[in-house]
Amino acid sequence: MSKNIYVTGIGIISAIGKNAEETLMSLRNKKSGIGKLHHIKTRHQQNLSVGEVPQTDEELKELCKAFADVIYTRTSLLGMVAVAEAIKSAAIVDVQEYKTGIVSATSVGGMGIAENFFSRYLDVNDNGDFLKNINTIDCSDSTERIADYLGIKDFLSTISTACSSSANSIMYGARLLQHGIVDRVVVGGTDSLSRFTINGFHSLKILDQQPCKPFDLNRNGLNLGEGAGFLVLETEKSLNGKNVLCKLSGYGNSNDAYHQTASSPDGAGAFLAMENAFRRSGLKAEDISYINAHGTGTEVNDLSEGLALERIFNKKLPPVSSTKSFTGHTLAAAGGIEAVLSILSIQNNIIYPNLNFKNQMPELGFSPAVNLDAYYNVKHVLSNSFGFGGNTSSLIFSKVN
Amino acid sequence: MKAFIRGTGIISPQHTFVTTEFLKEIVISDTNFLKCIEPSYKDYLDPVMARRMGRIVKMGIAAATEALKNAKIKMPDAIITGTALGCLGDTEKFLSAIIADDEQFLTPTSFIQSIQNTVSAQIALQLKCMNHNFTFVHKGFSFESALLDALMMLGENDAENILVGGLDEMTEKNLLIYSRLNNWKKENIRSNELFTQKTEGTIAGEGAAFFVLSKNPSSNDYAKLCGIKTIYNPSTPKEINIHIDTLLKENSLSTDDISLILYGMNGDTATDNFYSQIKSQFLPNTPSGSFKHLCGEYQTSGGFAMWMAAMMLKNQMAPAVVMHSSLPVILPIKSVLIYNNYENNHSLMLAEKV
Repeated sequence: MSKNIYVTGIGIISAIGKNAEETLMSLRNKKSGIGKLHHIKTRHQQNLSVGEVPQTDEELKELCKAFADVIYTRTSLLGMVAVAEAIKSAAIVDVQEYKTGIVSATSVGGMGIAENFFSRYLDVNDNGDFLKNINTIDCSDSTERIADYLGIKDFLSTISTACSSSANSIMYGARLLQHGIVDRVVVGGTDSLSRFTINGFHSLKILDQQPCKPFDLNRNGLNLGEGAGFLVLETEKSLNGKNVLCKLSGYGNSNDAYHQTASSPDGAGAFLAMENAFRRSGLKAEDISYINAHGTGTEVNDLSEGLALERIFNKKLPPVSSTKSFTGHTLAAAGGIEAVLSILSIQNNIIYPNLNFKNQMPELGFSPAVNLDAYYNVKHVLSNSFGFGGNTSSLIFSKVN
Repeated sequence: MKAFIRGTGIISPQHTFVTTEFLKEIVISDTNFLKCIEPSYKDYLDPVMARRMGRIVKMGIAAATEALKNAKIKMPDAIITGTALGCLGDTEKFLSAIIADDEQFLTPTSFIQSIQNTVSAQIALQLKCMNHNFTFVHKGFSFESALLDALMMLGENDAENILVGGLDEMTEKNLLIYSRLNNWKKENIRSNELFTQKTEGTIAGEGAAFFVLSKNPSSNDYAKLCGIKTIYNPSTPKEINIHIDTLLKENSLSTDDISLILYGMNGDTATDNFYSQIKSQFLPNTPSGSFKHLCGEYQTSGGFAMWMAAMMLKNQMAPAVVMHSSLPVILPIKSVLIYNNYENNHSLMLAEKV
């Protein structure tokens, strides 16, 4: 890449904390956020383990000081909490000072509201204020509400490539900077839990009723989660000597082109995404200090990703873990949340444990890290995000000397 | 950032698919909805697969296949789509099933197909294409973000030929839902009278427009895509004009060089004044045309407009049905500027003759 892409701010909210500090504390204490579902009424309530953000919508509104007269979906509110933190951590006071954009990602969008009003929307005899919610159906709604809340106006876009969405928004944002289309850009993603996705994943029979066990022989599916993770990306142009958290040194996007929902047995798409990220960064596999894996805990993903990792690392892997055992799978937000965790790993020189792991998968020659490793010098972190539709993405974050 | 438009494939409410004729015979709707004329999918898909696929997925695959065929490209270096509402039909189907059976007896098919990246993914699957694959879902910026992604990528020397498309489908349920926001005209009008009715609301539309954008020229090219701007929530027409000036300047052009501007006005008297102000204040001497009386209003209508611009530049003619002003288009048609909006999402796209 011609210009260095710096990360100057991070913001995160998930089941393990409403900001970076709380998140880090949970990780250090091996405190998982996986538990019972509270905020959504569903038939599956008792049989679900989810990574739910404990705050109610009202509490989230309070937390980010949302405008009083605007309709916010939970997806928007989670995004606003994380983006507010990211902007603050990037020490941006005046958003308009430089040409600033936002590229967000979501898959659930406004479904959390739409699913409650859908029948009423369709009943022409049912009228009232609830009709105003219709405008939140769109996936762009959360991006626009976040942008309005911060006063970002110069560039807006929204990406939805299933569970790889926000890794792709980070990539797209970096490229907007490369081309000088914006001077700095807020990138990441946000998704809330909804009955729609709960039932969708339930019908696919890939939800583990117990806390998920990524990379374990007896893994039994994923836990859905919710949250948001955002970064502020800048180039030299707008830095003015301010603190840099790390560099986005590489990214790769590919498509598995194997099956609409299942990963290929050998992880060909995953391999290509990582290979592209390495090529762009100029780094070699042995330079990577830690891999924050996609690691959903489903039978297919972990095998496919594991084999792709063994191939690209030539079986000599640095520590690997899936933090989805803490946060659940936050779908379109996962890439953003895990990017923030990767950056925190570099900043704090820690490797996160992969919870609930007991037995190694026989097909793989490695086990994930199970202990918090707090003395490792974390220089480069590889973060993987893969999704339905074969979308595979990899990001590499690097320490800045 | 420039790219050659090497191939097109477009399914729209007009006779645009697999034809060399350019808006010769016009389809008029009197239901306030211009619905796509769909081809027989057996030439594009295995019938067993086609039965399971949503309408938008089938339209997308057929339009993408034709765009590639038209460009004589077998394997694109990237597949990029923009779709505001994604697979709306399947989303509604799964949601209705959740509600109807109180979250029981659900099968995953419509859930899987409801995911917004299904079209890009299915095209990749059909082509066995493992390259860069993106889906943008930002309302009136969906198609434009996809085009920008393609332009950037060609500039990064990461690709030679890119398949890029914009598509959205309209459903019965969504027509009804949007009617509750008073999006559509209260009275049924004939689509060819969209701009003469002078009432509030517009008519619905849909479409799937795919293009092959190439780094290098070929003997096939329709036009050269020269730039895109997306403008969020502009407060005044002047703001649009500033972006028009920037876009022209970036291409060393002045307003006199624009042979034709295509406006995305949709016949809604509540919002179309933005267009008339730009026209009267900033571009009074530029011949102008419009397109939403042909494709209806939808978030990715920029795809239809881009196809029209490409056809005009290739064929060097502006069909009378498109023209919206008394100013005649002066040949040769050198460049076409598109100014479109969907609600607060405004966009500019510039194409030039090759």
